[in-house]
Amino acid sequence: MKFYGTELSSRLMLGTAQYDSPAILADAVKAAQAGVVTVSLRRESAGAQAGQAFWSLIQSLDVPVLPNTAGCHGVREAVTTAQMARDVFDTNWIKLEVIGQGDLLQPDVFGLVEATRILTEDGFQVFPYTTEDLVVAERLLRAGAEVLMPWGAPIGSGRGLNNLFGLRALRGHFPDVPMVVDAGIGKPSHATAAFELGFDAVLINTAVAKAGDPAQMAKAFRLACEAGLAGYAADPMEERDMAVPSTPTLGLARGLGGETL
Amino acid sequence: MTGPHILVRGAGVAGMVTAVALAEHGAQVTVHDTGGRVGAGASWFAGGMLAPWCEAESAPDEVTQDSLTSLDWWKTHVPDVMQAGSLVVAPPRDTPELARFGRRTSHFETIGVERIRTLEPDLEDRFDKALFFAEEGHVDPRKALQALADRLVQNGGTLLSQHPADEALFDWIVDCTGVAARNFQSDLRGMRGEMVLLRCPEITLHRPIRMLHPRIPVYIVPRDNSVFMVGATMVESDDTRAITVRAITDLLNAAYTLHPAFAEAELLEANAGLRPAYPDNVPRVRREGNRISLNGMYRHGFLLSPARAREVCDIIFGTDRA
Repeated sequence: MKFYGTELSSRLMLGTAQYDSPAILADAVKAAQAGVVTVSLRRESAGAQAGQAFWSLIQSLDVPVLPNTAGCHGVREAVTTAQMARDVFDTNWIKLEVIGQGDLLQPDVFGLVEATRILTEDGFQVFPYTTEDLVVAERLLRAGAEVLMPWGAPIGSGRGLNNLFGLRALRGHFPDVPMVVDAGIGKPSHATAAFELGFDAVLINTAVAKAGDPAQMAKAFRLACEAGLAGYAADPMEERDMAVPSTPTLGLARGLGGETL
Repeated sequence: MTGPHILVRGAGVAGMVTAVALAEHGAQVTVHDTGGRVGAGASWFAGGMLAPWCEAESAPDEVTQDSLTSLDWWKTHVPDVMQAGSLVVAPPRDTPELARFGRRTSHFETIGVERIRTLEPDLEDRFDKALFFAEEGHVDPRKALQALADRLVQNGGTLLSQHPADEALFDWIVDCTGVAARNFQSDLRGMRGEMVLLRCPEITLHRPIRMLHPRIPVYIVPRDNSVFMVGATMVESDDTRAITVRAITDLLNAAYTLHPAFAEAELLEANAGLRPAYPDNVPRVRREGNRISLNGMYRHGFLLSPARAREVCDIIFGTDRA
Protein backbone atom coordinates (compact mmCIF):
# COMPACT_ATOMS: atom_id res chain seq x y z
CA MET A 1 0.00 0.00 0.00
CA LYS A 2 1.46 3.33 -1.08
CA PHE A 3 0.63 6.80 0.20
CA TYR A 4 1.04 9.19 -2.74
CA GLY A 5 3.52 6.80 -4.28
CA THR A 6 5.51 6.26 -1.12
CA GLU A 7 5.79 2.91 0.61
CA LEU A 8 6.12 3.44 4.35
CA SER A 9 8.53 1.41 6.46
CA SER A 10 5.75 0.89 9.00
CA ARG A 11 2.00 1.45 9.13
CA LEU A 12 2.19 3.19 12.47
CA MET A 13 2.12 6.97 12.28
CA LEU A 14 3.07 8.80 15.46
CA GLY A 15 2.15 12.32 16.52
CA THR A 16 4.83 14.40 18.25
CA ALA A 17 2.74 16.58 20.58
CA GLN A 18 2.31 16.38 24.36
CA TYR A 19 5.43 14.40 25.26
CA ASP A 20 7.10 15.35 28.52
CA SER A 21 10.34 16.03 26.67
CA PRO A 22 11.83 15.72 23.18
CA ALA A 23 14.09 12.97 24.55
CA ILE A 24 11.05 10.91 25.58
CA LEU A 25 9.50 11.58 22.18
CA ALA A 26 12.64 10.30 20.45
CA ASP A 27 12.57 7.11 22.54
CA ALA A 28 8.92 6.56 21.65
CA VAL A 29 9.47 7.08 17.93
CA LYS A 30 12.29 4.54 18.07
CA ALA A 31 10.28 1.98 20.03
CA ALA A 32 7.30 2.43 17.71
CA GLN A 33 9.48 2.09 14.61
CA ALA A 34 7.09 4.68 13.28
CA GLY A 35 6.71 4.97 9.51
CA VAL A 36 5.74 8.63 9.72
CA VAL A 37 5.79 11.33 12.38
CA THR A 38 3.29 14.15 12.32
CA VAL A 39 4.07 17.62 13.60
CA SER A 40 1.95 20.69 14.23
CA LEU A 41 2.95 24.17 13.17
CA ARG A 42 -0.09 26.09 14.15
CA ARG A 43 0.81 27.50 17.55
CA GLU A 44 4.23 28.70 16.47
CA SER A 45 3.03 30.04 13.18
CA ALA A 46 3.42 33.80 13.29
CA GLY A 47 7.03 33.89 14.36
CA ALA A 48 8.67 32.75 11.12
CA GLN A 49 11.24 30.19 12.21
CA ALA A 50 10.39 30.41 15.89
CA GLY A 51 9.82 26.69 16.34
CA GLN A 52 12.98 25.76 14.47
CA ALA A 53 14.73 24.20 17.47
CA PHE A 54 11.88 21.72 17.99
CA TRP A 55 11.41 21.10 14.27
CA SER A 56 15.10 20.33 13.93
CA LEU A 57 14.71 17.75 16.67
CA ILE A 58 11.79 16.22 14.76
CA GLN A 59 13.79 16.12 11.53
CA SER A 60 16.73 14.52 13.32
CA LEU A 61 14.52 11.51 14.11
CA ASP A 62 15.11 10.45 10.50
CA VAL A 63 11.48 9.45 9.94
CA PRO A 64 9.36 10.95 7.12
CA VAL A 65 7.52 14.02 8.46
CA LEU A 66 3.84 14.64 7.82
CA PRO A 67 3.15 18.23 8.92
CA ASN A 68 -0.38 18.97 10.04
CA THR A 69 -2.69 21.92 10.39
CA ALA A 70 -3.88 20.94 13.86
CA GLY A 71 -5.84 23.65 15.59
CA CYS A 72 -6.87 25.44 12.38
CA HIS A 73 -10.51 26.49 12.44
CA GLY A 74 -10.92 27.88 8.96
CA VAL A 75 -10.00 27.21 5.34
CA ARG A 76 -7.70 30.19 4.95
CA GLU A 77 -5.90 29.48 8.21
CA ALA A 78 -5.38 25.84 7.23
CA VAL A 79 -4.12 26.75 3.76
CA THR A 80 -1.66 29.31 5.14
CA THR A 81 -0.38 26.85 7.71
CA ALA A 82 0.04 24.18 5.03
CA GLN A 83 2.06 26.55 2.88
CA MET A 84 4.31 27.37 5.80
CA ALA A 85 4.73 23.67 6.57
CA ARG A 86 5.87 23.07 3.01
CA ASP A 87 8.60 25.67 3.44
CA VAL A 88 9.73 24.44 6.84
CA PHE A 89 9.74 20.70 6.14
CA ASP A 90 10.33 20.72 2.40
CA THR A 91 7.46 18.33 1.70
CA ASN A 92 4.23 18.45 -0.29
CA TRP A 93 2.52 16.22 2.24
CA ILE A 94 0.02 17.86 4.54
CA LYS A 95 -2.29 16.31 7.08
CA LEU A 96 -5.22 18.63 6.72
CA GLU A 97 -7.30 19.45 9.77
CA VAL A 98 -10.06 22.01 9.62
CA ILE A 99 -11.76 21.97 12.99
CA GLY A 100 -15.43 22.84 13.05
CA GLN A 101 -16.41 22.25 16.65
CA GLY A 102 -14.38 23.14 19.69
CA ASP A 103 -15.56 20.54 22.19
CA LEU A 104 -15.25 17.45 20.02
CA LEU A 105 -12.59 18.96 17.72
CA GLN A 106 -14.83 17.59 15.01
CA PRO A 107 -13.79 18.20 11.40
CA ASP A 108 -15.57 20.97 9.49
CA VAL A 109 -16.13 18.72 6.49
CA PHE A 110 -17.30 21.55 4.24
CA GLY A 111 -14.17 23.60 4.90
CA LEU A 112 -12.12 20.43 4.63
CA VAL A 113 -13.31 19.73 1.09
CA GLU A 114 -12.69 23.33 0.08
CA ALA A 115 -9.18 23.40 1.58
CA THR A 116 -8.38 20.03 -0.02
CA ARG A 117 -9.27 21.44 -3.42
CA ILE A 118 -7.20 24.60 -2.92
CA LEU A 119 -4.16 22.74 -1.65
CA THR A 120 -4.32 20.01 -4.30
CA GLU A 121 -4.38 22.67 -7.02
CA ASP A 122 -1.36 24.20 -5.30
CA GLY A 123 0.56 20.94 -5.65
CA PHE A 124 0.02 19.52 -2.18
CA GLN A 125 -0.61 15.86 -1.43
CA VAL A 126 -3.38 16.06 1.09
CA PHE A 127 -4.15 13.67 3.96
CA PRO A 128 -7.55 14.98 5.10
CA TYR A 129 -8.70 14.32 8.67
CA THR A 130 -12.38 13.51 8.19
CA THR A 131 -15.29 11.60 9.67
CA GLU A 132 -16.48 8.18 8.45
CA ASP A 133 -19.11 9.87 6.25
CA LEU A 134 -19.21 8.27 2.79
CA VAL A 135 -20.44 11.33 0.95
CA VAL A 136 -17.76 13.53 2.46
CA ALA A 137 -15.18 10.91 1.49
CA GLU A 138 -16.48 10.97 -2.06
CA ARG A 139 -16.18 14.78 -2.16
CA LEU A 140 -12.67 14.73 -0.72
CA LEU A 141 -11.53 12.27 -3.39
CA ARG A 142 -13.14 14.39 -6.07
CA ALA A 143 -11.36 17.45 -4.64
CA GLY A 144 -8.05 15.71 -5.17
CA ALA A 145 -7.27 13.72 -2.03
CA GLU A 146 -5.80 10.28 -2.69
CA VAL A 147 -5.63 9.27 0.97
CA LEU A 148 -8.33 9.50 3.64
CA MET A 149 -7.92 9.79 7.39
CA PRO A 150 -11.23 8.98 9.06
CA TRP A 151 -11.51 9.39 12.81
CA GLY A 152 -11.92 6.48 15.17
CA ALA A 153 -13.30 8.82 17.82
CA PRO A 154 -12.75 12.49 18.72
CA ILE A 155 -9.11 13.62 19.05
CA GLY A 156 -7.59 12.70 22.39
CA SER A 157 -10.70 10.86 23.61
CA GLY A 158 -9.11 7.39 23.60
CA ARG A 159 -12.48 5.82 22.90
CA GLY A 160 -11.37 3.53 20.09
CA LEU A 161 -13.48 2.88 17.00
CA ASN A 162 -16.79 4.55 17.82
CA ASN A 163 -18.71 3.66 14.69
CA LEU A 164 -17.67 0.22 13.51
CA PHE A 165 -20.46 0.01 10.98
CA GLY A 166 -19.58 3.36 9.45
CA LEU A 167 -15.87 2.62 9.27
CA ARG A 168 -16.52 -0.81 7.73
CA ALA A 169 -18.83 0.75 5.16
CA LEU A 170 -16.25 3.41 4.30
CA ARG A 171 -13.52 0.79 3.90
CA GLY A 172 -15.80 -1.41 1.80
CA HIS A 173 -16.96 1.45 -0.39
CA PHE A 174 -13.46 2.65 -1.32
CA PRO A 175 -11.39 -0.54 -1.28
CA ASP A 176 -8.46 0.95 -3.20
CA VAL A 177 -8.04 4.26 -1.36
CA PRO A 178 -5.30 4.24 1.28
CA MET A 179 -6.97 4.93 4.59
CA VAL A 180 -5.52 5.83 7.96
CA VAL A 181 -7.58 5.70 11.14
CA ASP A 182 -6.66 8.95 12.84
CA ALA A 183 -7.70 10.11 16.29
CA GLY A 184 -9.48 8.43 19.15
CA ILE A 185 -7.28 5.38 19.45
CA GLY A 186 -6.52 4.86 23.13
CA LYS A 187 -5.24 1.32 23.48
CA PRO A 188 -3.22 -1.08 21.34
CA SER A 189 -6.28 -3.28 20.86
CA HIS A 190 -8.04 -0.36 19.15
CA ALA A 191 -5.21 -0.20 16.61
CA THR A 192 -5.43 -3.94 15.99
CA ALA A 193 -9.17 -3.57 15.44
CA ALA A 194 -8.58 -0.86 12.81
CA PHE A 195 -6.29 -3.13 10.82
CA GLU A 196 -8.74 -6.01 11.21
CA LEU A 197 -11.32 -3.80 9.51
CA GLY A 198 -8.94 -3.47 6.59
CA PHE A 199 -7.51 -0.01 7.25
CA ASP A 200 -3.98 0.58 6.01
CA ALA A 201 -2.44 2.54 8.86
CA VAL A 202 -3.22 4.21 12.17
CA LEU A 203 -2.12 7.53 13.61
CA ILE A 204 -1.53 7.67 17.36
CA ASN A 205 -0.48 10.58 19.54
CA THR A 206 -2.09 11.07 22.95
CA ALA A 207 -2.26 7.33 23.70
CA VAL A 208 1.53 7.10 23.54
CA ALA A 209 2.50 10.60 24.71
CA LYS A 210 0.35 10.46 27.83
CA ALA A 211 1.04 6.84 28.76
CA GLY A 212 2.98 6.30 31.98
CA ASP A 213 5.80 4.78 29.93
CA PRO A 214 5.57 6.22 26.40
CA ALA A 215 8.33 4.05 24.92
CA GLN A 216 6.74 0.87 26.28
CA MET A 217 3.35 1.95 24.95
CA ALA A 218 4.91 2.77 21.58
CA LYS A 219 6.28 -0.75 21.41
CA ALA A 220 2.87 -2.15 22.38
CA PHE A 221 1.29 -0.21 19.51
CA ARG A 222 3.95 -1.45 17.09
CA LEU A 223 3.14 -5.04 18.03
CA ALA A 224 -0.61 -4.37 17.91
CA CYS A 225 -0.30 -2.92 14.41
CA GLU A 226 1.74 -5.88 13.23
CA ALA A 227 -0.83 -8.25 14.72
CA GLY A 228 -3.76 -6.49 13.10
CA LEU A 229 -2.08 -6.17 9.72
CA ALA A 230 -0.97 -9.81 9.66
CA GLY A 231 -4.33 -11.02 10.96
CA TYR A 232 -6.20 -9.18 8.24
CA ALA A 233 -3.81 -10.41 5.54
CA ALA A 234 -4.26 -13.98 6.75
CA ASP A 235 -7.99 -13.84 5.93
CA PRO A 236 -9.71 -14.42 9.27
CA MET A 237 -12.51 -16.91 9.73
CA GLU A 238 -16.13 -15.79 9.62
CA GLU A 239 -18.09 -15.28 12.80
CA ARG A 240 -20.81 -17.87 13.41
CA ASP A 241 -23.81 -17.98 15.66
CA MET A 242 -23.33 -21.68 16.61
CA ALA A 243 -20.43 -23.36 18.30
CA VAL A 244 -18.29 -25.38 15.92
CA PRO A 245 -15.97 -27.76 17.79
CA SER A 246 -12.39 -27.43 16.73
CA THR A 247 -11.86 -31.14 17.32
CA PRO A 248 -14.21 -33.54 15.51
CA THR A 249 -16.29 -35.57 17.96
CA LEU A 250 -17.43 -38.22 15.51
CA GLY A 251 -16.15 -41.67 16.44
CA LEU A 252 -15.03 -40.76 19.94
CA ALA A 253 -15.83 -43.18 22.69
CA ARG A 254 -18.78 -42.05 24.79
CA GLY A 255 -19.83 -43.04 28.26
CA LEU A 256 -23.24 -44.50 29.00
CA GLY A 257 -24.62 -41.08 29.70
CA GLY A 258 -23.41 -39.84 26.29
CA GLU A 259 -20.57 -37.71 27.70
CA THR A 260 -17.24 -37.66 25.91
CA LEU A 261 -14.63 -39.72 27.74
CA MET B 1 42.45 34.71 52.87
CA THR B 2 39.96 35.67 50.20
CA GLY B 3 37.93 33.26 48.14
CA PRO B 4 38.10 32.89 44.39
CA HIS B 5 36.81 35.69 42.17
CA ILE B 6 33.78 34.45 40.30
CA LEU B 7 31.75 36.10 37.58
CA VAL B 8 28.13 34.93 37.34
CA ARG B 9 26.49 35.84 34.06
CA GLY B 10 22.71 36.11 34.26
CA ALA B 11 20.64 37.49 37.13
CA GLY B 12 17.68 35.13 36.79
CA VAL B 13 16.86 32.55 39.40
CA ALA B 14 19.68 30.17 38.40
CA GLY B 15 22.27 32.94 38.47
CA MET B 16 21.08 34.56 41.70
CA VAL B 17 20.76 31.30 43.65
CA THR B 18 24.21 30.25 42.42
CA ALA B 19 25.71 33.64 43.23
CA VAL B 20 24.35 33.55 46.79
CA ALA B 21 25.50 29.96 47.30
CA LEU B 22 29.00 30.81 46.03
CA ALA B 23 29.20 33.93 48.22
CA GLU B 24 28.26 31.83 51.24
CA HIS B 25 31.27 29.68 50.44
CA GLY B 26 33.46 32.77 50.68
CA ALA B 27 33.79 33.54 46.99
CA GLN B 28 34.07 37.11 45.70
CA VAL B 29 31.04 37.09 43.44
CA THR B 30 30.15 39.56 40.71
CA VAL B 31 26.84 39.18 38.87
CA HIS B 32 26.37 40.65 35.42
CA ASP B 33 23.19 40.71 33.38
CA THR B 34 22.76 42.35 30.00
CA GLY B 35 19.16 43.11 31.00
CA GLY B 36 20.50 45.53 33.60
CA ARG B 37 18.40 44.22 36.48
CA VAL B 38 17.56 41.16 38.55
CA GLY B 39 15.02 38.93 36.81
CA ALA B 40 15.13 40.52 33.38
CA GLY B 41 14.40 37.16 31.73
CA ALA B 42 12.11 34.17 32.10
CA SER B 43 12.33 34.00 35.93
CA TRP B 44 10.26 37.16 36.23
CA PHE B 45 7.27 35.31 34.77
CA ALA B 46 7.63 32.11 36.77
CA GLY B 47 5.02 30.58 39.04
CA GLY B 48 7.52 30.18 41.86
CA MET B 49 6.03 26.86 42.93
CA LEU B 50 8.21 24.60 45.04
CA ALA B 51 6.28 21.48 44.15
CA PRO B 52 8.50 18.43 43.67
CA TRP B 53 5.62 15.99 44.01
CA CYS B 54 3.25 17.67 41.57
CA GLU B 55 6.05 18.14 39.04
CA ALA B 56 6.66 14.38 39.15
CA GLU B 57 3.58 14.09 36.96
CA SER B 58 5.71 15.01 33.95
CA ALA B 59 9.30 15.22 35.24
CA PRO B 60 11.73 12.30 35.56
CA ASP B 61 12.70 10.90 38.99
CA GLU B 62 15.99 12.77 38.88
CA VAL B 63 14.16 16.09 39.02
CA THR B 64 12.01 14.94 41.94
CA GLN B 65 14.99 13.68 43.91
CA ASP B 66 17.06 16.81 43.31
CA SER B 67 14.23 19.10 44.34
CA LEU B 68 13.36 17.55 47.70
CA THR B 69 15.55 19.98 49.68
CA SER B 70 14.56 23.00 47.62
CA LEU B 71 11.86 24.25 49.97
CA ASP B 72 14.30 24.18 52.91
CA TRP B 73 16.87 26.14 50.93
CA TRP B 74 14.39 28.85 50.09
CA LYS B 75 13.08 29.02 53.66
CA THR B 76 16.58 29.67 54.96
CA HIS B 77 17.47 32.25 52.28
CA VAL B 78 14.47 34.47 51.58
CA PRO B 79 11.52 35.70 53.67
CA ASP B 80 7.88 34.92 52.94
CA VAL B 81 8.21 31.35 51.72
CA MET B 82 4.72 29.91 51.85
CA GLN B 83 4.29 26.28 52.80
CA ALA B 84 0.59 25.62 52.49
CA GLY B 85 0.72 22.77 50.02
CA SER B 86 -0.75 22.57 46.52
CA LEU B 87 -4.26 21.69 45.50
CA VAL B 88 -4.97 19.88 42.25
CA VAL B 89 -8.48 20.00 40.81
CA ALA B 90 -10.22 19.19 37.54
CA PRO B 91 -13.42 20.54 35.99
CA PRO B 92 -16.27 17.99 36.24
CA ARG B 93 -15.93 16.61 32.74
CA ASP B 94 -12.15 16.21 33.04
CA THR B 95 -12.09 14.20 36.27
CA PRO B 96 -10.29 11.29 34.53
CA GLU B 97 -7.32 13.67 34.41
CA LEU B 98 -7.34 13.75 38.21
CA ALA B 99 -7.04 9.96 38.39
CA ARG B 100 -4.21 10.06 35.88
CA PHE B 101 -2.38 12.79 37.80
CA GLY B 102 -2.75 10.76 40.98
CA ARG B 103 -1.28 7.65 39.38
CA ARG B 104 1.83 9.56 38.31
CA THR B 105 2.48 11.34 41.61
CA SER B 106 2.79 10.64 45.32
CA HIS B 107 2.75 12.39 48.72
CA PHE B 108 -0.83 13.61 48.35
CA GLU B 109 -4.19 12.77 49.81
CA THR B 110 -7.43 12.63 47.89
CA ILE B 111 -9.88 14.95 49.57
CA GLY B 112 -13.60 15.62 49.20
CA VAL B 113 -15.98 18.53 49.54
CA GLU B 114 -15.51 18.99 53.30
CA ARG B 115 -11.72 19.22 53.21
CA ILE B 116 -11.74 21.43 50.13
CA ARG B 117 -14.05 23.81 52.00
CA THR B 118 -11.70 23.86 54.99
CA LEU B 119 -8.59 24.46 52.90
CA GLU B 120 -10.02 26.88 50.36
CA PRO B 121 -13.40 28.23 51.50
CA ASP B 122 -13.82 30.18 48.25
CA LEU B 123 -13.73 26.95 46.25
CA GLU B 124 -16.63 25.51 48.25
CA ASP B 125 -18.92 23.40 46.09
CA ARG B 126 -16.92 24.06 42.97
CA PHE B 127 -15.14 20.69 43.02
CA ASP B 128 -16.19 17.33 44.46
CA LYS B 129 -12.69 15.99 44.66
CA ALA B 130 -9.12 17.27 44.78
CA LEU B 131 -5.58 16.06 45.39
CA PHE B 132 -3.85 17.81 48.28
CA PHE B 133 -0.04 17.87 48.30
CA ALA B 134 0.49 19.14 51.86
CA GLU B 135 4.30 19.30 51.81
CA GLU B 136 4.70 21.74 48.93
CA GLY B 137 5.31 25.48 49.00
CA HIS B 138 5.70 28.55 46.84
CA VAL B 139 7.40 31.92 46.66
CA ASP B 140 6.70 35.14 44.84
CA PRO B 141 9.50 35.03 42.24
CA ARG B 142 9.93 38.79 42.01
CA LYS B 143 10.21 39.28 45.76
CA ALA B 144 12.42 36.22 46.09
CA LEU B 145 14.86 37.42 43.42
CA GLN B 146 15.10 40.83 45.08
CA ALA B 147 15.68 39.17 48.45
CA LEU B 148 18.50 37.11 46.93
CA ALA B 149 20.01 40.28 45.50
CA ASP B 150 19.99 41.90 48.95
CA ARG B 151 21.49 38.81 50.48
CA LEU B 152 24.26 38.69 47.90
CA VAL B 153 25.25 42.26 48.64
CA GLN B 154 25.22 41.52 52.39
CA ASN B 155 27.62 38.67 51.67
CA GLY B 156 30.02 41.01 49.93
CA GLY B 157 28.91 40.26 46.40
CA THR B 158 28.73 42.82 43.60
CA LEU B 159 25.46 43.03 41.80
CA LEU B 160 25.02 44.00 38.21
CA SER B 161 28.33 45.51 37.21
CA GLN B 162 27.36 48.05 34.59
CA HIS B 163 30.20 47.30 32.21
CA PRO B 164 30.75 44.08 30.33
CA ALA B 165 32.93 42.35 32.87
CA ASP B 166 36.49 41.53 31.89
CA GLU B 167 36.59 37.77 32.22
CA ALA B 168 40.38 37.76 32.64
CA LEU B 169 39.91 39.23 36.13
CA PHE B 170 38.02 36.16 37.36
CA ASP B 171 39.06 32.68 38.44
CA TRP B 172 35.74 31.19 37.33
CA ILE B 173 32.98 32.18 34.94
CA VAL B 174 29.52 30.74 35.69
CA ASP B 175 27.08 31.20 32.81
CA CYS B 176 23.40 31.21 33.78
CA THR B 177 22.07 33.20 30.83
CA GLY B 178 19.18 30.89 29.87
CA VAL B 179 18.10 30.96 26.23
CA ALA B 180 20.73 33.59 25.44
CA ALA B 181 23.28 30.76 25.66
CA ARG B 182 21.80 29.11 22.54
CA ASN B 183 24.56 30.77 20.55
CA PHE B 184 27.12 28.38 21.98
CA GLN B 185 24.93 25.47 23.19
CA SER B 186 23.31 23.88 20.18
CA ASP B 187 21.11 21.49 22.20
CA LEU B 188 19.48 24.34 24.12
CA ARG B 189 16.05 25.45 22.92
CA GLY B 190 13.39 27.90 23.97
CA MET B 191 10.04 26.76 25.35
CA ARG B 192 7.70 29.67 25.26
CA GLY B 193 5.51 30.33 28.27
CA GLU B 194 2.77 32.91 28.71
CA MET B 195 1.17 34.19 31.89
CA VAL B 196 -1.19 36.82 33.26
CA LEU B 197 -1.49 38.65 36.58
CA LEU B 198 -4.98 39.36 37.87
CA ARG B 199 -6.21 41.35 40.84
CA CYS B 200 -9.39 39.97 42.34
CA PRO B 201 -10.26 41.10 45.89
CA GLU B 202 -13.40 38.91 45.85
CA ILE B 203 -11.37 35.71 45.97
CA THR B 204 -8.92 34.46 48.55
CA LEU B 205 -6.75 31.45 47.88
CA HIS B 206 -4.13 30.11 50.27
CA ARG B 207 -2.02 27.96 48.00
CA PRO B 208 -1.34 27.27 44.31
CA ILE B 209 -4.25 25.58 42.56
CA ARG B 210 -3.48 23.39 39.58
CA MET B 211 -6.39 22.85 37.28
CA LEU B 212 -6.05 19.86 35.02
CA HIS B 213 -7.27 19.85 31.46
CA PRO B 214 -6.24 17.53 28.65
CA ARG B 215 -5.20 20.42 26.42
CA ILE B 216 -4.66 23.45 28.62
CA PRO B 217 -3.53 22.61 32.16
CA VAL B 218 -3.01 25.79 34.18
CA TYR B 219 -2.10 26.87 37.67
CA ILE B 220 -3.23 29.84 39.70
CA VAL B 221 -0.82 31.06 42.36
CA PRO B 222 -1.91 33.60 44.98
CA ARG B 223 0.37 36.61 45.52
CA ASP B 224 0.04 39.48 48.00
CA ASN B 225 -2.74 42.07 47.78
CA SER B 226 -5.34 39.89 46.04
CA VAL B 227 -3.09 39.37 43.03
CA PHE B 228 -3.10 36.01 41.25
CA MET B 229 -0.64 34.69 38.74
CA VAL B 230 -2.22 32.46 36.09
CA GLY B 231 0.12 30.39 33.96
CA ALA B 232 1.53 29.05 31.95
CA THR B 233 1.39 27.94 28.39
CA MET B 234 3.96 25.51 26.99
CA VAL B 235 4.80 26.20 23.36
CA GLU B 236 7.73 24.65 21.51
CA SER B 237 8.92 27.96 20.15
CA ASP B 238 11.62 30.62 20.38
CA ASP B 239 9.03 33.24 19.58
CA THR B 240 9.67 36.36 21.66
CA ARG B 241 6.55 38.22 20.64
CA ALA B 242 4.07 39.50 23.20
CA ILE B 243 1.48 37.10 24.57
CA THR B 244 -1.05 35.88 22.00
CA VAL B 245 -4.79 36.35 22.12
CA ARG B 246 -5.18 32.58 22.19
CA ALA B 247 -3.00 32.28 25.29
CA ILE B 248 -4.80 35.08 27.10
CA THR B 249 -8.14 33.50 26.21
CA ASP B 250 -7.07 30.08 27.47
CA LEU B 251 -5.60 31.43 30.70
CA LEU B 252 -8.57 33.68 31.48
CA ASN B 253 -11.04 30.92 30.65
CA ALA B 254 -9.22 28.68 33.09
CA ALA B 255 -9.37 31.32 35.83
CA TYR B 256 -13.06 31.82 35.17
CA THR B 257 -13.64 28.07 35.30
CA LEU B 258 -11.91 27.92 38.68
CA HIS B 259 -14.12 30.68 40.01
CA PRO B 260 -16.61 32.89 38.14
CA ALA B 261 -15.65 35.89 40.31
CA PHE B 262 -12.47 36.12 38.24
CA ALA B 263 -14.69 37.62 35.54
CA GLU B 264 -14.55 40.85 37.53
CA ALA B 265 -10.78 40.74 38.11
CA GLU B 266 -8.43 43.44 36.84
CA LEU B 267 -5.99 42.24 34.20
CA LEU B 268 -2.75 43.74 35.56
CA GLU B 269 -0.22 42.16 33.28
CA ALA B 270 0.03 39.68 30.42
CA ASN B 271 3.44 38.49 29.40
CA ALA B 272 5.52 35.90 27.61
CA GLY B 273 8.98 34.49 28.22
CA LEU B 274 11.26 31.74 26.97
CA ARG B 275 12.22 28.88 29.25
CA PRO B 276 15.60 27.40 28.38
CA ALA B 277 15.46 23.61 27.89
CA TYR B 278 17.66 20.69 26.92
CA PRO B 279 16.20 17.73 24.98
CA ASP B 280 15.32 15.83 28.19
CA ASN B 281 14.00 19.00 29.86
CA VAL B 282 16.36 18.44 32.81
CA PRO B 283 18.56 21.32 34.03
CA ARG B 284 22.29 20.62 33.72
CA VAL B 285 25.61 21.87 35.04
CA ARG B 286 28.43 21.63 32.50
CA ARG B 287 32.08 22.52 32.85
CA GLU B 288 34.79 23.44 30.39
CA GLY B 289 38.03 24.51 32.08
CA ASN B 290 37.22 27.41 34.38
CA ARG B 291 33.87 28.01 32.68
CA ILE B 292 30.78 26.46 34.20
CA SER B 293 27.33 26.56 32.67
CA LEU B 294 24.06 26.09 34.55
CA ASN B 295 21.22 26.08 32.09
CA GLY B 296 18.16 24.30 30.73
CA MET B 297 16.11 25.17 33.84
CA TYR B 298 12.91 24.53 31.82
CA ARG B 299 9.96 24.94 34.22
CA HIS B 300 12.07 24.04 37.24
CA GLY B 301 14.04 27.25 37.83
CA PHE B 302 12.90 27.93 41.38
CA LEU B 303 12.57 24.25 42.20
CA LEU B 304 15.97 23.05 41.00
CA SER B 305 18.32 26.02 41.23
CA PRO B 306 19.35 25.23 44.85
CA ALA B 307 20.41 21.67 43.95
CA ARG B 308 22.17 22.73 40.76
CA ALA B 309 23.89 25.65 42.53
CA ARG B 310 25.24 23.07 44.99
CA GLU B 311 26.73 21.18 42.03
CA VAL B 312 28.43 24.37 40.89
CA CYS B 313 29.84 24.88 44.39
CA ASP B 314 31.05 21.28 44.41
CA ILE B 315 33.02 21.86 41.23
CA ILE B 316 34.64 25.03 42.53
CA PHE B 317 35.17 24.15 46.18
CA GLY B 318 35.16 20.35 46.16
CA THR B 319 32.42 18.12 47.49
CA ASP B 320 33.87 17.98 51.02
CA ARG B 321 33.01 21.63 51.59
CA ALA B 322 29.52 21.50 50.11
